[in-house]
Amino acid sequence: MPETFDQKIATTLADSRLQTAIYTATNRLISHRKAVVSADALPDYQELRTQANAVKAHTIENLDWYLEEFERNVLDHGGHVHCCRSAADVADVVLEIAKRRGARMIVKSKSMTTEEVDLNERLEHHGLQSVESDFGEYIIQLMHTRPYHIVAPALHLTRYDVADLFERALGVPNDPVIENQCRTARGVLREKFLEADIGISGANFLIADSGAVTIVENEGNARLSTSAPKVHIAVAGIEKLIPRAQDLGTFLKLLGRSATGQPLTVYTSFLAGPKRSGEVDGPEEFHVVLLDGGRTKLLADPEKRESLYCIRCGACLNHCPVYRKIGGHSFPWVYSGPIGAILTPQFVGVENAPQLPFASSLCGACAEVCPVKIDIPKILLELRAEVKTAEKQNGENQLERAAFSAFAYMAVRPKLWARALGFGRKLPIPPVGPVAAWLSEREMPKLPAKSFRELWKQRKSA
Amino acid sequence: MTAREAILRDIRHNLGRGASLVAPVPPAARLNVPKVSISDRIELMLDRVIALAGRAVRVKSGADAVEYVAGVTGGRRSIASNSEFLREAGITALPGVASGVTDAEQLRGLCATADFGITSADYALADTGSLVMFASPADARLISLLPPVHIAVVPANRLLSGLDEFYTLVPKPADRTSSTVFITGPSRTADIEQLLIRGVHGPGEIHVVVVG
Repeated sequence: MPETFDQKIATTLADSRLQTAIYTATNRLISHRKAVVSADALPDYQELRTQANAVKAHTIENLDWYLEEFERNVLDHGGHVHCCRSAADVADVVLEIAKRRGARMIVKSKSMTTEEVDLNERLEHHGLQSVESDFGEYIIQLMHTRPYHIVAPALHLTRYDVADLFERALGVPNDPVIENQCRTARGVLREKFLEADIGISGANFLIADSGAVTIVENEGNARLSTSAPKVHIAVAGIEKLIPRAQDLGTFLKLLGRSATGQPLTVYTSFLAGPKRSGEVDGPEEFHVVLLDGGRTKLLADPEKRESLYCIRCGACLNHCPVYRKIGGHSFPWVYSGPIGAILTPQFVGVENAPQLPFASSLCGACAEVCPVKIDIPKILLELRAEVKTAEKQNGENQLERAAFSAFAYMAVRPKLWARALGFGRKLPIPPVGPVAAWLSEREMPKLPAKSFRELWKQRKSA
Repeated sequence: MTAREAILRDIRHNLGRGASLVAPVPPAARLNVPKVSISDRIELMLDRVIALAGRAVRVKSGADAVEYVAGVTGGRRSIASNSEFLREAGITALPGVASGVTDAEQLRGLCATADFGITSADYALADTGSLVMFASPADARLISLLPPVHIAVVPANRLLSGLDEFYTLVPKPADRTSSTVFITGPSRTADIEQLLIRGVHGPGEIHVVVVG
């Protein structure tokens, strides 16, 4: 039986090596970001956030228009667009292209969207080799696990873990020097890039007025995946659209800074269609696979629609006191941290992830660092209400509900409240049964000898 | 109903409206182009590239650029783009430099074995130290990517202040090329322990030579 959410959390909390790894890595990410969004480094940071939020809001409100405009422009540049309702459809599109091209080997650059659809597993099931080429993703693939973090997939691993893994999986000497580990991976993957028939990438932005995909990265693996093979397939959620190439002036300034503290990542690629006549190199075929996968469903609620503004920078994970303790693998689906806590219940159904909206202290750090200003705490509260409404309808958790009803009844009746407090002071609620369960994660507030009202009365009469 | 139609239908249904007939008007693009003198741009560009652990140098003339590049490559195997600027400066005539390749397969073979990739750049962004490369008959994608060292020789008048000036000058890069790439420093990763390592898949060493 798979571990429950609570069990995974307990395992993570008990692993001191893991705790140190998460703490160290997120601390570095926090300080890198801080240095480049300060008022000195980027005076118009807040204005950029406001603009990014306005552009995303506008795009989501007009998603159908921009989807069609994007499609028209991709076709104009000689590319192809494939729309997919579900995860399985994405693999089918890739398989069909692979079959037509007689392809055997695929190189992939990092894409959270393809993680949503378990693309590698599906392709391998049909006899295709699909190799992750981002250094961290390559390690994650060798470990047969899933990314720990949206931008830093191997955030939980140390150089010693990688040394052991490479020794076991690649048969190389155990070497904890990260430079050498990179060189090993580069060597293995360089061969794959030059052999591969198809390159699959994600997309950070889909540009409607250009029919282009924008990909940001640091290693060069996305450039290789999209330049060396004869076919490039970009897989992206429909919410990645923005209206104009000029909007990148805003989004690129925010994305790299929020994610890794870089004013621009090392490579930003802006790709529109296959290689054109006269161009020396580049793919012969260019495909964009657009995934719905539950996104259209999210549009229905105007209060929660803004979840789709996310540009996957990962800043909310790094700054979240809960993520930093429970880590990425405690979360049940591909997205972790605060953004995972609001996306997962909406994608897989609140009933399938009822704990997630509660896995937050509502401290608001996530909303404060979000480059597109998603009000994550507000959406968490909305989702909490949905979970509790469903519990009521299903007749679950009756005791808790009865206790809160009693609380609500007394809290608006001052005399009754005062009497109950007086009673509670003399005879505290015994910490047994359901009360003990409630108190296992909370502290019972200590009642003072005299209440404020009593003190006030005394003072007035004195 | 195709998936495409179903997606469009659900979007409209869930947004509570039908298909719009007129193009929506997005918020005005936010592009602020600061006034920066050419000498300040050059200084900023060099500083930024050096801060990214690249090598950056300013030379007076094409002849000086040739001398710098010759000093770096030392006659070792190099592949240069078909940029007119490189040819006119005489860089493509240096010993060990292959250039004028228009066949994709041949180019890939040369890039995979070369020690140096030499290109110009269509623009550079001074405030981030970035090179802007359009794929074209003059510039292949792999030259700045496969060799372990990338040397870019850029005329000073192509230096822009930053992203906003670029998108003001080129509102739609896709109109002119299938591939626009910004290159900001050497290839790197921080995937393990968030510690910086240079030269993962792309060049681990980058030289930016500003001419003029």
